[in-house]
Amino acid sequence: MRGETSITGSGIRDRADLLARFMIAPAVLYITAMIGFPFIFAILYSLSDATTGDPSLHLIGFGNFRAVLADPVFRISLKNTFIFAFVSQTLVILLSRILATALMAEFRGKWIIRFLVMLPWTAPISLGTIGWLWMFDSIFSPIDWIFRYTGLLGTPGALLGPMQNLYWLGEPALAMISVITVHIWRLLPLATVIQLAGLSSIPRDLLEAAEVDGARAWRRTLEITIPLTLPIISIAFLFGLVFTFTDMTVVYVLTRGGPIHMTQVLSTWTFFKGIEGGDLAQGAAVSLFMFPVLAGIAALVLRLARRSEVV
Amino acid sequence: MTGARTVVRRGGLYSILSIFAIFSTFPFYWMVIATFKRDHDLFSPTNNPFLFNEPPTMDHLRLLIFETHFLTYLLNTFLVGMAVVAITLAVAVPAAYSLARWARGWGEMFGIGIFLTYLVPPTILFIPLSRFASVLGLQESLWSLILIYPTFTIPFCTWLLMGFFKTIPRDIEEQAMIDGLSRLGAMVKVVLPLAVSGILTIIVFAFTLSMHEFIYALTFISVSAHKTVSIGVPTELVRGDVFQWGPLMAGALLASIPVAVVYTFFLDRFIAGFTMGAVK
Repeated sequence: MRGETSITGSGIRDRADLLARFMIAPAVLYITAMIGFPFIFAILYSLSDATTGDPSLHLIGFGNFRAVLADPVFRISLKNTFIFAFVSQTLVILLSRILATALMAEFRGKWIIRFLVMLPWTAPISLGTIGWLWMFDSIFSPIDWIFRYTGLLGTPGALLGPMQNLYWLGEPALAMISVITVHIWRLLPLATVIQLAGLSSIPRDLLEAAEVDGARAWRRTLEITIPLTLPIISIAFLFGLVFTFTDMTVVYVLTRGGPIHMTQVLSTWTFFKGIEGGDLAQGAAVSLFMFPVLAGIAALVLRLARRSEVV
Repeated sequence: MTGARTVVRRGGLYSILSIFAIFSTFPFYWMVIATFKRDHDLFSPTNNPFLFNEPPTMDHLRLLIFETHFLTYLLNTFLVGMAVVAITLAVAVPAAYSLARWARGWGEMFGIGIFLTYLVPPTILFIPLSRFASVLGLQESLWSLILIYPTFTIPFCTWLLMGFFKTIPRDIEEQAMIDGLSRLGAMVKVVLPLAVSGILTIIVFAFTLSMHEFIYALTFISVSAHKTVSIGVPTELVRGDVFQWGPLMAGALLASIPVAVVYTFFLDRFIAGFTMGAVK
Protein backbone atom coordinates (compact mmCIF):
# COMPACT_ATOMS: atom_id res chain seq x y z
CA MET A 1 0.00 0.00 0.00
CA ARG A 2 2.69 2.45 1.03
CA GLY A 3 4.79 1.51 -1.99
CA GLU A 4 1.81 2.10 -4.20
CA THR A 5 1.12 5.63 -2.97
CA SER A 6 4.62 6.74 -3.82
CA ILE A 7 4.21 5.38 -7.32
CA THR A 8 0.71 6.58 -8.11
CA GLY A 9 1.25 9.62 -5.89
CA SER A 10 -2.12 9.79 -4.17
CA GLY A 11 -0.92 10.98 -0.71
CA ILE A 12 -0.43 14.73 -0.29
CA ARG A 13 3.12 14.21 0.94
CA ASP A 14 4.04 12.65 -2.38
CA ARG A 15 1.98 14.70 -4.79
CA ALA A 16 4.55 17.09 -6.23
CA ASP A 17 1.92 19.11 -8.08
CA LEU A 18 -0.13 19.68 -4.91
CA LEU A 19 2.94 20.33 -2.77
CA ALA A 20 4.19 22.88 -5.28
CA ARG A 21 0.97 24.89 -5.05
CA PHE A 22 0.56 24.43 -1.33
CA MET A 23 4.06 25.64 -0.55
CA ILE A 24 3.96 28.72 -2.73
CA ALA A 25 0.44 29.71 -1.71
CA PRO A 26 1.35 31.62 1.50
CA ALA A 27 3.88 33.76 -0.36
CA VAL A 28 1.48 34.52 -3.20
CA LEU A 29 -1.36 35.30 -0.78
CA TYR A 30 0.80 37.54 1.39
CA ILE A 31 2.24 39.43 -1.57
CA THR A 32 -1.20 39.88 -3.11
CA ALA A 33 -2.69 41.10 0.16
CA MET A 34 0.16 43.32 1.33
CA ILE A 35 1.72 44.58 -1.91
CA GLY A 36 -0.79 44.04 -4.74
CA PHE A 37 -3.83 45.24 -2.81
CA PRO A 38 -2.19 48.35 -1.33
CA PHE A 39 -0.84 49.20 -4.76
CA ILE A 40 -4.37 49.15 -6.20
CA PHE A 41 -5.51 51.22 -3.23
CA ALA A 42 -2.74 53.75 -3.94
CA ILE A 43 -4.24 54.18 -7.41
CA LEU A 44 -7.80 54.41 -6.01
CA TYR A 45 -6.74 56.99 -3.41
CA SER A 46 -5.07 59.07 -6.09
CA LEU A 47 -8.44 59.23 -7.91
CA SER A 48 -10.41 60.09 -4.76
CA ASP A 49 -10.72 62.96 -2.31
CA ALA A 50 -9.68 60.96 0.77
CA THR A 51 -8.01 62.70 3.70
CA THR A 52 -6.90 61.33 7.06
CA GLY A 53 -9.95 63.09 8.54
CA ASP A 54 -12.36 61.49 6.07
CA PRO A 55 -10.65 58.46 4.55
CA SER A 56 -13.70 57.10 2.70
CA LEU A 57 -13.23 56.54 -1.01
CA HIS A 58 -15.15 58.99 -3.22
CA LEU A 59 -13.73 58.76 -6.69
CA ILE A 60 -13.38 62.20 -8.25
CA GLY A 61 -11.30 61.46 -11.33
CA PHE A 62 -7.97 62.96 -12.30
CA GLY A 63 -8.32 66.21 -10.36
CA ASN A 64 -5.51 65.27 -7.96
CA PHE A 65 -3.04 64.72 -10.76
CA ARG A 66 -3.94 68.10 -12.26
CA ALA A 67 -3.56 69.78 -8.87
CA VAL A 68 -0.28 68.03 -8.22
CA LEU A 69 1.16 68.92 -11.64
CA ALA A 70 0.28 72.58 -11.10
CA ASP A 71 2.06 72.64 -7.75
CA PRO A 72 5.54 74.23 -8.01
CA VAL A 73 6.84 72.16 -5.09
CA PHE A 74 5.89 68.99 -6.96
CA ARG A 75 7.87 70.13 -9.99
CA ILE A 76 10.93 70.80 -7.84
CA SER A 77 10.50 67.35 -6.25
CA LEU A 78 10.23 65.63 -9.60
CA LYS A 79 13.31 67.40 -10.94
CA ASN A 80 15.31 66.75 -7.76
CA THR A 81 14.38 63.06 -7.71
CA PHE A 82 15.92 62.64 -11.17
CA ILE A 83 18.94 64.83 -10.46
CA PHE A 84 19.78 63.11 -7.17
CA ALA A 85 19.37 59.60 -8.58
CA PHE A 86 21.21 60.06 -11.89
CA VAL A 87 24.05 62.29 -10.70
CA SER A 88 24.78 60.18 -7.62
CA GLN A 89 24.58 56.85 -9.46
CA THR A 90 26.76 57.99 -12.38
CA LEU A 91 29.43 59.00 -9.88
CA VAL A 92 28.88 55.82 -7.88
CA ILE A 93 29.57 53.67 -10.95
CA LEU A 94 32.81 55.52 -11.69
CA LEU A 95 34.02 55.50 -8.08
CA SER A 96 33.00 51.89 -7.40
CA ARG A 97 34.95 50.84 -10.50
CA ILE A 98 38.11 52.40 -9.03
CA LEU A 99 37.49 50.98 -5.58
CA ALA A 100 36.64 47.49 -6.88
CA THR A 101 39.80 47.43 -9.01
CA ALA A 102 41.85 48.41 -5.96
CA LEU A 103 40.17 45.73 -3.84
CA MET A 104 41.02 43.08 -6.46
CA ALA A 105 44.70 43.50 -5.54
CA GLU A 106 46.22 41.39 -2.78
CA PHE A 107 47.32 43.40 0.23
CA ARG A 108 47.62 43.20 3.99
CA GLY A 109 44.62 44.14 6.11
CA LYS A 110 42.11 43.66 3.30
CA TRP A 111 39.33 42.55 5.65
CA ILE A 112 39.52 45.71 7.74
CA ILE A 113 39.47 47.95 4.65
CA ARG A 114 36.53 45.96 3.34
CA PHE A 115 34.64 46.28 6.61
CA LEU A 116 35.26 50.03 6.69
CA VAL A 117 34.23 50.75 3.09
CA MET A 118 31.08 48.61 3.53
CA LEU A 119 29.93 50.47 6.67
CA PRO A 120 27.72 53.00 4.88
CA TRP A 121 25.64 50.16 3.45
CA THR A 122 25.65 47.82 6.43
CA ALA A 123 24.74 50.43 9.07
CA PRO A 124 21.12 51.67 9.23
CA ILE A 125 20.80 54.57 6.81
CA SER A 126 18.89 56.86 9.16
CA LEU A 127 21.68 56.57 11.72
CA GLY A 128 24.50 56.99 9.22
CA THR A 129 22.82 60.14 7.92
CA ILE A 130 22.90 61.54 11.46
CA GLY A 131 26.69 61.41 11.25
CA TRP A 132 26.45 63.51 8.08
CA LEU A 133 24.13 65.96 9.82
CA TRP A 134 27.01 66.92 12.04
CA MET A 135 29.40 67.19 9.07
CA PHE A 136 27.03 69.72 7.52
CA ASP A 137 26.13 71.55 10.76
CA SER A 138 25.65 75.27 10.25
CA ILE A 139 28.17 76.27 12.94
CA PHE A 140 30.21 73.25 14.01
CA SER A 141 30.70 71.55 10.63
CA PRO A 142 34.13 69.85 10.67
CA ILE A 143 34.30 70.45 6.91
CA ASP A 144 34.01 74.20 7.46
CA TRP A 145 36.62 73.93 10.21
CA ILE A 146 39.07 72.30 7.79
CA PHE A 147 38.41 75.06 5.24
CA ARG A 148 38.95 77.72 7.91
CA TYR A 149 42.09 75.99 9.17
CA THR A 150 43.58 75.84 5.67
CA GLY A 151 42.68 79.46 5.02
CA LEU A 152 40.11 78.75 2.30
CA LEU A 153 37.27 80.21 4.35
CA GLY A 154 36.60 82.85 6.95
CA THR A 155 39.19 85.54 6.23
CA PRO A 156 38.70 88.57 3.98
CA GLY A 157 39.68 87.54 0.45
CA ALA A 158 39.56 83.78 1.18
CA LEU A 159 38.71 81.55 -1.78
CA LEU A 160 35.37 80.33 -0.39
CA GLY A 161 34.37 83.67 1.12
CA PRO A 162 34.83 85.68 4.29
CA MET A 163 32.02 84.08 6.36
CA GLN A 164 32.88 81.63 9.11
CA ASN A 165 30.58 78.94 7.66
CA LEU A 166 29.27 77.72 4.32
CA TYR A 167 25.80 76.76 5.67
CA TRP A 168 25.71 73.43 3.80
CA LEU A 169 22.08 72.66 4.46
CA GLY A 170 20.93 76.29 4.29
CA GLU A 171 22.09 77.18 0.77
CA PRO A 172 20.02 75.45 -1.97
CA ALA A 173 22.98 74.46 -4.17
CA LEU A 174 25.07 73.22 -1.24
CA ALA A 175 22.08 71.37 0.22
CA MET A 176 21.66 69.52 -3.07
CA ILE A 177 25.36 68.68 -3.13
CA SER A 178 25.02 67.42 0.46
CA VAL A 179 22.12 65.10 -0.42
CA ILE A 180 23.98 63.76 -3.46
CA THR A 181 27.10 63.20 -1.37
CA VAL A 182 25.19 61.13 1.17
CA HIS A 183 23.57 59.08 -1.60
CA ILE A 184 26.99 58.41 -3.14
CA TRP A 185 28.36 57.48 0.26
CA ARG A 186 25.47 55.11 0.90
CA LEU A 187 25.36 53.29 -2.47
CA LEU A 188 29.12 53.11 -3.14
CA PRO A 189 29.57 49.88 -1.12
CA LEU A 190 26.72 48.07 -2.88
CA ALA A 191 28.00 49.00 -6.34
CA THR A 192 31.54 48.07 -5.32
CA VAL A 193 30.62 44.55 -4.23
CA ILE A 194 28.57 44.04 -7.39
CA GLN A 195 31.48 45.25 -9.52
CA LEU A 196 33.86 43.00 -7.57
CA ALA A 197 31.66 40.03 -8.46
CA GLY A 198 31.85 41.11 -12.11
CA LEU A 199 35.60 41.60 -12.12
CA SER A 200 36.31 38.26 -10.50
CA SER A 201 34.09 36.47 -13.04
CA ILE A 202 36.41 37.45 -15.92
CA PRO A 203 38.52 34.43 -16.88
CA ARG A 204 42.13 35.12 -15.87
CA ASP A 205 43.59 33.37 -18.90
CA LEU A 206 41.75 35.76 -21.21
CA LEU A 207 43.50 38.75 -19.65
CA GLU A 208 46.82 36.94 -19.57
CA ALA A 209 46.54 35.94 -23.23
CA ALA A 210 45.84 39.56 -24.13
CA GLU A 211 48.86 40.64 -22.11
CA VAL A 212 51.07 38.11 -23.88
CA ASP A 213 49.75 39.41 -27.21
CA GLY A 214 51.02 42.82 -26.14
CA ALA A 215 47.70 44.53 -25.37
CA ARG A 216 48.32 47.46 -23.05
CA ALA A 217 46.45 47.87 -19.79
CA TRP A 218 44.01 50.50 -21.11
CA ARG A 219 43.22 48.33 -24.15
CA ARG A 220 42.60 45.32 -21.95
CA THR A 221 40.23 47.44 -19.86
CA LEU A 222 38.48 48.91 -22.88
CA GLU A 223 38.18 45.75 -24.95
CA ILE A 224 37.90 42.96 -22.40
CA THR A 225 37.01 44.10 -18.89
CA ILE A 226 34.37 46.70 -19.70
CA PRO A 227 32.45 44.73 -22.36
CA LEU A 228 32.48 41.58 -20.23
CA THR A 229 31.34 43.36 -17.07
CA LEU A 230 28.82 45.64 -18.77
CA PRO A 231 25.76 43.57 -17.79
CA ILE A 232 26.79 43.59 -14.16
CA ILE A 233 27.67 47.30 -14.22
CA SER A 234 24.17 47.90 -15.55
CA ILE A 235 22.70 45.86 -12.70
CA ALA A 236 24.63 47.95 -10.18
CA PHE A 237 23.47 51.15 -11.87
CA LEU A 238 19.82 50.11 -12.12
CA PHE A 239 19.55 48.94 -8.50
CA GLY A 240 21.35 52.08 -7.37
CA LEU A 241 18.77 54.10 -9.29
CA VAL A 242 15.90 52.24 -7.64
CA PHE A 243 17.32 52.81 -4.16
CA THR A 244 18.08 56.51 -4.61
CA PHE A 245 14.98 57.25 -6.69
CA THR A 246 12.65 55.91 -4.00
CA ASP A 247 14.66 56.82 -0.90
CA MET A 248 13.06 59.10 1.64
CA THR A 249 15.39 58.69 4.60
CA VAL A 250 18.37 60.74 3.45
CA VAL A 251 16.40 63.86 2.56
CA TYR A 252 14.07 63.48 5.55
CA VAL A 253 16.87 63.25 8.12
CA LEU A 254 19.23 65.71 6.42
CA THR A 255 17.08 68.62 5.24
CA ARG A 256 13.37 67.73 5.59
CA GLY A 257 13.19 68.99 1.99
CA GLY A 258 14.52 72.42 2.91
CA PRO A 259 15.67 75.11 2.54
CA ILE A 260 12.16 76.14 1.36
CA HIS A 261 11.51 72.86 -0.53
CA MET A 262 14.70 73.16 -2.60
CA THR A 263 15.76 69.56 -1.85
CA GLN A 264 12.25 68.06 -1.76
CA VAL A 265 11.91 64.74 -3.63
CA LEU A 266 8.85 62.72 -4.65
CA SER A 267 9.08 60.40 -1.64
CA THR A 268 9.43 63.14 0.98
CA TRP A 269 6.74 65.24 -0.72
CA THR A 270 4.45 62.18 -0.59
CA PHE A 271 5.09 61.93 3.13
CA PHE A 272 4.65 65.62 3.91
CA LYS A 273 1.51 65.90 1.81
CA GLY A 274 -0.09 62.53 2.46
CA ILE A 275 0.80 61.77 6.08
CA GLU A 276 1.78 65.03 7.80
CA GLY A 277 -0.59 67.14 5.70
CA GLY A 278 -3.30 64.48 5.84
CA ASP A 279 -4.14 64.69 2.12
CA LEU A 280 -4.07 60.97 1.35
CA ALA A 281 -5.38 61.48 -2.18
CA GLN A 282 -2.76 63.95 -3.37
CA GLY A 283 -0.03 62.11 -1.47
CA ALA A 284 -0.89 58.92 -3.35
CA ALA A 285 -0.94 60.84 -6.63
CA VAL A 286 2.56 62.21 -5.97
CA SER A 287 3.92 58.75 -5.10
CA LEU A 288 2.54 57.21 -8.29
CA PHE A 289 4.77 59.44 -10.38
CA MET A 290 7.61 57.16 -9.30
CA PHE A 291 5.98 54.14 -10.84
CA PRO A 292 6.65 54.58 -14.60
CA VAL A 293 10.37 54.95 -13.94
CA LEU A 294 10.40 51.88 -11.69
CA ALA A 295 8.50 49.84 -14.26
CA GLY A 296 11.04 50.88 -16.90
CA ILE A 297 13.93 49.88 -14.67
CA ALA A 298 12.26 46.53 -13.91
CA ALA A 299 11.87 45.84 -17.63
CA LEU A 300 15.57 46.59 -18.17
CA VAL A 301 16.62 44.33 -15.29
CA LEU A 302 14.54 41.50 -16.73
CA ARG A 303 16.02 41.95 -20.19
CA LEU A 304 19.53 41.89 -18.77
CA ALA A 305 18.81 38.77 -16.76
CA ARG A 306 17.25 37.01 -19.72
CA ARG A 307 19.99 37.93 -22.17
CA SER A 308 22.73 36.56 -19.94
CA GLU A 309 20.78 33.34 -19.48
CA VAL A 310 21.08 32.72 -23.21
CA VAL A 311 24.87 33.17 -23.10
CA MET B 1 63.97 49.73 -11.41
CA THR B 2 61.16 47.21 -11.06
CA GLY B 3 61.50 47.51 -7.29
CA ALA B 4 60.89 51.24 -7.44
CA ARG B 5 57.94 50.63 -9.73
CA THR B 6 56.36 48.20 -7.26
CA VAL B 7 56.80 50.72 -4.46
CA VAL B 8 55.04 53.40 -6.52
CA ARG B 9 52.23 51.00 -7.40
CA ARG B 10 51.77 49.89 -3.80
CA GLY B 11 51.81 53.52 -2.69
CA GLY B 12 49.14 54.34 -5.26
CA LEU B 13 47.02 51.39 -4.18
CA TYR B 14 47.23 52.29 -0.50
CA SER B 15 46.44 55.96 -1.12
CA ILE B 16 43.35 55.08 -3.19
CA LEU B 17 42.17 52.66 -0.51
CA SER B 18 42.83 55.17 2.27
CA ILE B 19 40.85 57.90 0.52
CA PHE B 20 37.86 55.58 0.13
CA ALA B 21 38.15 54.27 3.69
CA ILE B 22 38.24 57.82 5.08
CA PHE B 23 35.24 58.90 2.99
CA SER B 24 33.25 55.85 4.11
CA THR B 25 34.06 56.10 7.80
CA PHE B 26 34.07 59.89 8.20
CA PRO B 27 30.55 60.17 9.67
CA PHE B 28 31.22 57.24 12.02
CA TYR B 29 34.45 58.84 13.16
CA TRP B 30 32.44 61.88 14.24
CA MET B 31 29.99 59.70 16.07
CA VAL B 32 32.85 58.31 18.14
CA ILE B 33 34.28 61.78 18.77
CA ALA B 34 30.95 63.37 19.69
CA THR B 35 29.96 60.46 21.95
CA PHE B 36 32.88 61.04 24.29
CA LYS B 37 33.47 64.76 23.89
CA ARG B 38 32.41 67.27 26.53
CA ASP B 39 29.71 69.70 25.39
CA HIS B 40 31.95 72.67 26.08
CA ASP B 41 34.62 71.20 23.83
CA LEU B 42 32.15 70.04 21.16
CA PHE B 43 30.45 73.41 20.86
CA SER B 44 33.50 75.66 20.47
CA PRO B 45 33.89 76.42 16.77
CA THR B 46 37.54 77.32 17.24
CA ASN B 47 38.52 74.03 18.91
CA ASN B 48 40.09 71.39 16.70
CA PRO B 49 37.11 69.08 16.05
CA PHE B 50 39.33 66.05 15.37
CA LEU B 51 40.82 65.94 18.86
CA PHE B 52 39.79 65.87 22.49
CA ASN B 53 40.78 69.33 23.69
CA GLU B 54 39.34 68.51 27.11
CA PRO B 55 39.32 65.08 28.78
CA PRO B 56 36.71 62.65 27.33
CA THR B 57 33.45 62.10 29.20
CA MET B 58 30.89 59.33 29.66
CA ASP B 59 28.05 61.81 30.30
CA HIS B 60 26.43 61.47 26.87
CA LEU B 61 26.34 57.69 27.09
CA ARG B 62 24.89 57.86 30.59
CA LEU B 63 22.23 60.32 29.44
CA LEU B 64 21.40 58.17 26.41
CA ILE B 65 20.99 54.97 28.36
CA PHE B 66 19.32 56.20 31.54
CA GLU B 67 17.39 59.27 30.49
CA THR B 68 16.04 58.39 27.06
CA HIS B 69 14.06 55.44 25.70
CA PHE B 70 17.14 54.14 23.88
CA LEU B 71 17.07 50.69 25.51
CA THR B 72 13.35 50.44 24.76
CA TYR B 73 14.06 51.25 21.10
CA LEU B 74 16.65 48.48 21.02
CA LEU B 75 14.23 46.03 22.61
CA ASN B 76 11.43 47.01 20.18
CA THR B 77 13.79 46.62 17.24
CA PHE B 78 14.81 43.20 18.48
CA LEU B 79 11.21 42.02 18.99
CA VAL B 80 10.09 43.24 15.58
CA GLY B 81 13.19 41.75 13.95
CA MET B 82 12.67 38.31 15.49
CA ALA B 83 8.98 38.19 14.57
CA VAL B 84 9.74 39.27 11.01
CA VAL B 85 12.43 36.59 10.77
CA ALA B 86 9.92 33.94 11.89
CA ILE B 87 7.27 35.02 9.37
CA THR B 88 9.82 35.32 6.58
CA LEU B 89 11.17 31.83 7.22
CA ALA B 90 7.72 30.28 7.38
CA VAL B 91 6.70 31.82 4.05
CA ALA B 92 9.92 32.11 2.05
CA VAL B 93 11.43 28.65 2.65
CA PRO B 94 8.53 26.62 1.17
CA ALA B 95 7.96 29.18 -1.60
CA ALA B 96 11.62 29.15 -2.62
CA TYR B 97 11.77 25.37 -2.58
CA SER B 98 8.64 25.10 -4.66
CA LEU B 99 9.95 27.60 -7.21
CA ALA B 100 13.39 26.00 -7.40
CA ARG B 101 12.11 22.47 -7.91
CA TRP B 102 8.78 22.63 -9.65
CA ALA B 103 8.53 25.97 -11.39
CA ARG B 104 7.59 25.70 -15.02
CA GLY B 105 5.23 27.99 -16.89
CA TRP B 106 3.11 29.70 -14.25
CA GLY B 107 5.69 28.93 -11.60
CA GLU B 108 8.42 30.76 -13.44
CA MET B 109 6.13 33.76 -13.80
CA PHE B 110 5.57 33.70 -10.05
CA GLY B 111 9.31 33.62 -9.46
CA ILE B 112 9.90 36.68 -11.60
CA GLY B 113 6.81 38.34 -10.15
CA ILE B 114 8.07 37.83 -6.61
CA PHE B 115 11.39 39.37 -7.49
CA LEU B 116 9.73 42.34 -9.19
CA THR B 117 7.67 43.12 -6.10
CA TYR B 118 10.99 43.96 -4.48
CA LEU B 119 11.03 46.93 -6.85
CA VAL B 120 7.68 48.29 -5.57
CA PRO B 121 9.01 50.70 -2.96
CA PRO B 122 7.64 51.47 0.51
CA THR B 123 7.33 55.06 -0.67
CA ILE B 124 4.39 54.02 -2.89
CA LEU B 125 2.86 51.59 -0.39
CA PHE B 126 3.00 53.50 2.87
CA ILE B 127 -0.06 55.68 2.28
CA PRO B 128 -2.49 52.79 1.62
CA LEU B 129 -0.77 50.64 4.27
CA SER B 130 -1.19 53.39 6.85
CA ARG B 131 -4.95 53.15 6.21
CA PHE B 132 -4.81 49.34 6.44
CA ALA B 133 -3.04 49.61 9.79
CA SER B 134 -5.61 51.99 11.21
CA VAL B 135 -8.56 49.96 9.91
CA LEU B 136 -7.05 46.92 11.67
CA GLY B 137 -6.53 49.03 14.80
CA LEU B 138 -2.76 48.54 14.65
CA GLN B 139 -1.58 52.14 14.53
CA GLU B 140 1.04 52.89 17.20
CA SER B 141 1.55 49.14 17.62
CA LEU B 142 4.65 47.09 16.90
CA TRP B 143 2.28 44.56 15.30
CA SER B 144 1.78 46.89 12.35
CA LEU B 145 5.52 46.71 11.65
CA ILE B 146 5.58 42.94 12.15
CA LEU B 147 2.74 42.56 9.66
CA ILE B 148 4.20 44.91 7.04
CA TYR B 149 7.97 44.38 7.12
CA PRO B 150 7.67 41.00 5.37
CA THR B 151 6.60 43.00 2.28
CA PHE B 152 10.28 43.61 1.64
CA THR B 153 11.84 40.57 3.35
CA ILE B 154 9.71 37.85 1.72
CA PRO B 155 10.33 38.74 -1.95
CA PHE B 156 14.05 39.18 -1.50
CA CYS B 157 14.60 36.16 0.76
CA THR B 158 12.52 33.90 -1.49
CA TRP B 159 14.58 34.94 -4.48
CA LEU B 160 17.83 34.43 -2.61
CA LEU B 161 16.88 31.02 -1.24
CA MET B 162 15.63 29.87 -4.62
CA GLY B 163 19.17 30.26 -5.92
CA PHE B 164 20.43 28.23 -2.98
CA PHE B 165 18.02 25.36 -3.53
CA LYS B 166 18.89 25.24 -7.21
CA THR B 167 22.52 24.46 -6.37
CA ILE B 168 21.49 21.31 -4.46
CA PRO B 169 21.36 18.40 -6.95
CA ARG B 170 18.00 16.68 -7.45
CA ASP B 171 19.63 13.23 -7.20
CA ILE B 172 19.89 13.69 -3.45
CA GLU B 173 16.12 13.85 -3.05
CA GLU B 174 15.54 11.06 -5.55
CA GLN B 175 17.93 8.85 -3.60
CA ALA B 176 16.14 9.71 -0.33
CA MET B 177 12.78 8.81 -1.88
CA ILE B 178 14.10 5.49 -3.12
CA ASP B 179 15.23 4.95 0.48
CA GLY B 180 11.60 5.31 1.55
CA LEU B 181 11.11 8.98 2.41
CA SER B 182 8.04 10.80 1.08
CA ARG B 183 8.47 13.74 -1.30
CA LEU B 184 7.89 16.16 1.61
CA GLY B 185 10.13 14.08 3.86
CA ALA B 186 12.95 14.29 1.31
CA MET B 187 12.69 18.07 1.39
CA VAL B 188 12.48 18.47 5.17
CA LYS B 189 14.98 15.80 6.22
CA VAL B 190 17.50 15.90 3.40
CA VAL B 191 17.43 19.21 1.51
CA LEU B 192 16.78 21.67 4.37
CA PRO B 193 19.82 20.51 6.39
CA LEU B 194 21.94 21.06 3.27
CA ALA B 195 20.53 24.56 2.87
CA VAL B 196 21.38 25.68 6.41
CA SER B 197 23.80 28.37 5.26
CA GLY B 198 21.18 29.78 2.90
CA ILE B 199 18.60 29.81 5.66
CA LEU B 200 21.05 31.47 8.04
CA THR B 201 21.63 34.12 5.37
CA ILE B 202 17.95 34.98 5.09
CA ILE B 203 17.66 35.12 8.89
CA VAL B 204 20.42 37.70 8.96
CA PHE B 205 18.88 39.70 6.11
CA ALA B 206 15.34 39.65 7.39
CA PHE B 207 16.68 40.94 10.71
CA THR B 208 19.04 43.60 9.38
CA LEU B 209 16.57 44.86 6.77
CA SER B 210 13.93 45.22 9.52
CA MET B 211 16.42 47.09 11.64
CA HIS B 212 17.29 49.45 8.78
CA GLU B 213 13.66 50.22 7.92
CA PHE B 214 12.65 53.85 8.38
CA ILE B 215 9.57 54.94 6.40
CA TYR B 216 6.94 52.54 7.75
CA ALA B 217 8.13 53.00 11.31
CA LEU B 218 8.04 56.78 10.90
CA THR B 219 4.54 56.64 9.42
CA PHE B 220 2.91 54.21 11.86
CA ILE B 221 4.58 54.92 15.20
CA SER B 222 4.65 58.25 16.98
CA VAL B 223 4.56 57.16 20.63
CA SER B 224 8.12 57.24 21.89
CA ALA B 225 7.90 54.00 23.88
CA HIS B 226 6.94 52.05 20.73
CA LYS B 227 9.63 53.35 18.42
CA THR B 228 12.37 51.28 16.86
CA VAL B 229 15.96 52.41 16.97
CA SER B 230 16.13 53.64 13.37
CA ILE B 231 13.39 56.23 13.99
CA GLY B 232 13.73 56.65 17.76
CA VAL B 233 17.25 58.06 17.61
CA PRO B 234 16.69 60.59 14.77
CA THR B 235 13.28 61.80 15.99
CA GLU B 236 13.39 61.68 19.79
CA LEU B 237 16.87 63.06 20.36
CA VAL B 238 16.15 66.08 18.20
CA ARG B 239 13.61 68.31 19.89
CA GLY B 240 12.45 70.96 17.44
CA ASP B 241 15.67 72.56 16.39
CA VAL B 242 17.59 71.54 19.48
CA PHE B 243 19.98 68.70 18.75
CA GLN B 244 21.25 66.74 21.71
CA TRP B 245 24.38 66.03 19.73
CA GLY B 246 26.27 63.91 22.25
CA PRO B 247 23.52 61.36 23.02
CA LEU B 248 22.31 61.53 19.41
CA MET B 249 25.68 60.49 18.03
CA ALA B 250 26.15 57.93 20.80
CA GLY B 251 22.82 56.34 19.92
CA ALA B 252 23.63 56.25 16.21
CA LEU B 253 27.00 54.69 16.95
CA LEU B 254 25.83 52.02 19.40
CA ALA B 255 22.98 50.91 17.16
CA SER B 256 24.80 50.82 13.86
CA ILE B 257 28.11 49.11 14.60
CA PRO B 258 26.85 45.69 15.80
CA VAL B 259 24.42 45.30 12.90
CA ALA B 260 27.15 46.38 10.47
CA VAL B 261 29.52 43.71 11.80
CA VAL B 262 26.97 40.92 11.36
CA TYR B 263 25.84 42.17 7.97
CA THR B 264 29.41 42.31 6.62
CA PHE B 265 29.83 38.56 7.03
CA PHE B 266 26.85 37.91 4.77
CA LEU B 267 27.29 40.72 2.27
CA ASP B 268 28.53 38.55 -0.58
CA ARG B 269 25.43 36.39 -0.42
CA PHE B 270 23.23 39.48 -0.42
CA ILE B 271 24.94 40.57 -3.62
CA ALA B 272 24.49 37.12 -5.11
CA GLY B 273 20.76 37.82 -4.91
CA PHE B 274 21.09 40.87 -7.12
CA THR B 275 23.49 39.47 -9.64
CA MET B 276 22.17 35.96 -10.01
CA GLY B 277 20.72 36.79 -13.40
CA ALA B 278 23.66 38.79 -14.64
CA VAL B 279 26.62 36.57 -13.82
CA LYS B 280 26.60 32.86 -13.97
